[in-house]
Amino acid sequence: MDLTLSPKEQAFRDELRAWMEANHPGEEPEGDEAAFEFRTAWQRKCHEDGWAGISWPKEFGGRGATLIEQAIFNEETVRAKAPAQANVLALAMGGPTVITHGSEEQKQRFLDPILSADEIWCQGFSEPDSGSDLASLKTRAVKSNGGWKVTGQKVWTTFAHHAKWCMLVARTDQDAPKHQGLTYFLMDMEQEAVQVRPLVQITGEAEFNELFIEEAEIPDENVVGGVGNGWGVAITTLMHERATLAFGLQVQVKIALAELVQLVRDEGLDDDPVIRQRIGQLVTEAEVLRLNAYRGLTQIMKTGVPGPEGSLGKWHWSDVNQSLTETAMEVRGPEAPVVDGEWTYRFLRARANSIEGGTTEILKNIVAERVLGLPKLR
Amino acid sequence: MNFDFTDDQHAIKRTAKEFLAARYKPERLRELAEAGEYDDAVWAEMAELGWAGIFIDEQHGGQGLGIVELVILMEELGYALAPSPFFANAAAGLVLQGAGTDEQKQRWLPGIASGEGTGTVGVLRDGGAPLVPDADTAAVLVLLDENGGGTVVTGADAEIEPRATIDSTRRFSSVRATGGEPLGSDTEGARAAICTALAAELTGVAQRAMEMAVEYAKDRKQFDRPIGAYQAVSHRCAQMLLEVEGARSTTYYAGWAADNEPESLPLAASMAKAYASDAGWRVTASSLQVHGGIGFTWEHDLHFFLKRAKTDGHLFGGAREHRDRVAGLALRSGAAVGA
Ligand SMILES: Cc1cc2nc3c(=O)[nH]c(=O)nc-3n(C[C@H](O)[C@H](O)[C@H](O)COP(=O)(O)OP(=O)(O)OC[C@H]3O[C@@H](n4cnc5c(N)ncnc54)[C@H](O)[C@@H]3O)c2cc1C
Repeated sequence: MDLTLSPKEQAFRDELRAWMEANHPGEEPEGDEAAFEFRTAWQRKCHEDGWAGISWPKEFGGRGATLIEQAIFNEETVRAKAPAQANVLALAMGGPTVITHGSEEQKQRFLDPILSADEIWCQGFSEPDSGSDLASLKTRAVKSNGGWKVTGQKVWTTFAHHAKWCMLVARTDQDAPKHQGLTYFLMDMEQEAVQVRPLVQITGEAEFNELFIEEAEIPDENVVGGVGNGWGVAITTLMHERATLAFGLQVQVKIALAELVQLVRDEGLDDDPVIRQRIGQLVTEAEVLRLNAYRGLTQIMKTGVPGPEGSLGKWHWSDVNQSLTETAMEVRGPEAPVVDGEWTYRFLRARANSIEGGTTEILKNIVAERVLGLPKLR
Repeated sequence: MNFDFTDDQHAIKRTAKEFLAARYKPERLRELAEAGEYDDAVWAEMAELGWAGIFIDEQHGGQGLGIVELVILMEELGYALAPSPFFANAAAGLVLQGAGTDEQKQRWLPGIASGEGTGTVGVLRDGGAPLVPDADTAAVLVLLDENGGGTVVTGADAEIEPRATIDSTRRFSSVRATGGEPLGSDTEGARAAICTALAAELTGVAQRAMEMAVEYAKDRKQFDRPIGAYQAVSHRCAQMLLEVEGARSTTYYAGWAADNEPESLPLAASMAKAYASDAGWRVTASSLQVHGGIGFTWEHDLHFFLKRAKTDGHLFGGAREHRDRVAGLALRSGAAVGA
């Protein structure tokens, strides 16, 4: 065991820190549009200097960094309070999916504009009647000349209002068993047939949307991984979602925790035994998140496959983040419900943590069935 | 950055697992637990393998390895639920090596390392140590006080009264010293290492209880299905895995800190002890629930694991005490440490 960074990892971190310091764009502006532009500009800058697509292979414009270096990058971004890169879904999920399953032409066509943030992506998986049971989705694609005509409805589509491309899973075979009749498409969002309507969230903002799709056209060359193989390709996307999420998130938790500790001191609750028990628990849980994530990485580096630690991360993180924000509300006492743009926002936003990217119940099913080998209830 | 054991450490783990599985088969374990006895021959074999002195300096007759190696052994001893003086003896070795005077080290460490003269450690409360493992057979006892100091006593300088606890796989006594001499220096590091060793044992106990639950959930059928197909059961098992892995991660980290980054040890060890104390109890209790009525019988082995977990959870500071210490360190430094 060696829990310190190797000289090469250290050098990577030092270079990154220095670069971040020199290029940090400052405070993010308020308002969705302004914030998005700010993040786009930031990603451009990152891209110019070689800091977009950290773990993507070099031949596709990435940095070819190791998983540990990717983790360091995520950590340092959060630590420096640097903005997120605008095209997060494409960088973390869409690009890696095209790299794994896409054709040579697709790699040529799609990867570069992802890195430069010229083309933003969204993920059109969920539907009003298909959430956890994603394979039951009904949006249908019918063969037409040289392509497909797609009709249906998607929901909870994050960034659809900014997006040029949508990772869309649709049913291409009505008669096949539900997992086999699906196909993975890249749908151009800039067509009349695709209507995007914002959905206002519990926090009052609208990061996600509904999509109404009426005979949208998708050419054959935008099928990823072959007709009828959509389920397998979608799983690749979801695996990337969960694997890469864990890293930035655990650092965010640590930083939020430092702020919570400060809040406890400001409120003069340093000696309150109940609050101390909560803080002691949260500090420990946050450390467990970090250590489990690193043990998971070591496992992946060694065997090429994620260990059980990886599957637990997303679920555990949502537990910890929710109880952290709940504790903050408790510490604030009678003032807690006052909108302060900080803790109340985080408290409300955290309710999504156990739903987005797979619900806690579904993740527990995965752990029980795939890691512990328990039988499925079918 | 690499969280994996070295090849040597992997080998220690493998050997320990095989050795303990062969020596403590379920029938034998039950025999010992019901009689409240250890197996002297197995203890002699452990000493022969060098386990007793694994982290003790070579100049004092040990193997000169580290706390990570101790953690590896403790986890396997917990997994096997070995009734043995190993832990008490190791605890004494940790305190004497970390805080003893040169003379105390020369006098006591060789016996501890060879297993021929075992030691133990107790924590004083109102002048006496209420629960000291293996005090009745120890050649040397160390009693820790609240101020980070400690006293070294022999059986002749102490009143030792055997006490029955719920954990019949380990022998306990209360100890009151009538004489003795002070340790040379502060015991904080040694105490943290003891907590780390206990957290490792708890991890092993919890791992075993989880495996028992998972096996049972696959086999046992009700309403025509294996009970593990029901989410109330399978989600409980998934939760066990989360807690076992969490206990393991914090424990390994504390072991690593003890060997490589002593300044991080007090916090790391308290996190490990707090987390593993909770996990040890919750996982064993949860395993009992999965077993239903059979889990509540004396006939089933599970209760031995549950009782060890509960008892370990209270030794050298329970979860509440260690959580409070973690909070104190975080509040003092003004930051969530490690961020
Ligand atoms: C902030 C946010 C952003 C999102 N962004 C996107 C996006 O960009 N693209 C996209 O495609 N989707 C997105 N989603 C959708 C998200 O993936 C789904 O909400 C999620 O998969 C759950 O589906 P559902 O909402 O239909 O809930 P349901 O599946 O209807 O679940 C309702 C409840 O039932 C439980 N449940 C369901 N099935 C089972 C079962 N088998 N066992 C036990 N319990 C079960 C669930 O755990 C949940 O508690 C986003 C969601 C949120 C909250």
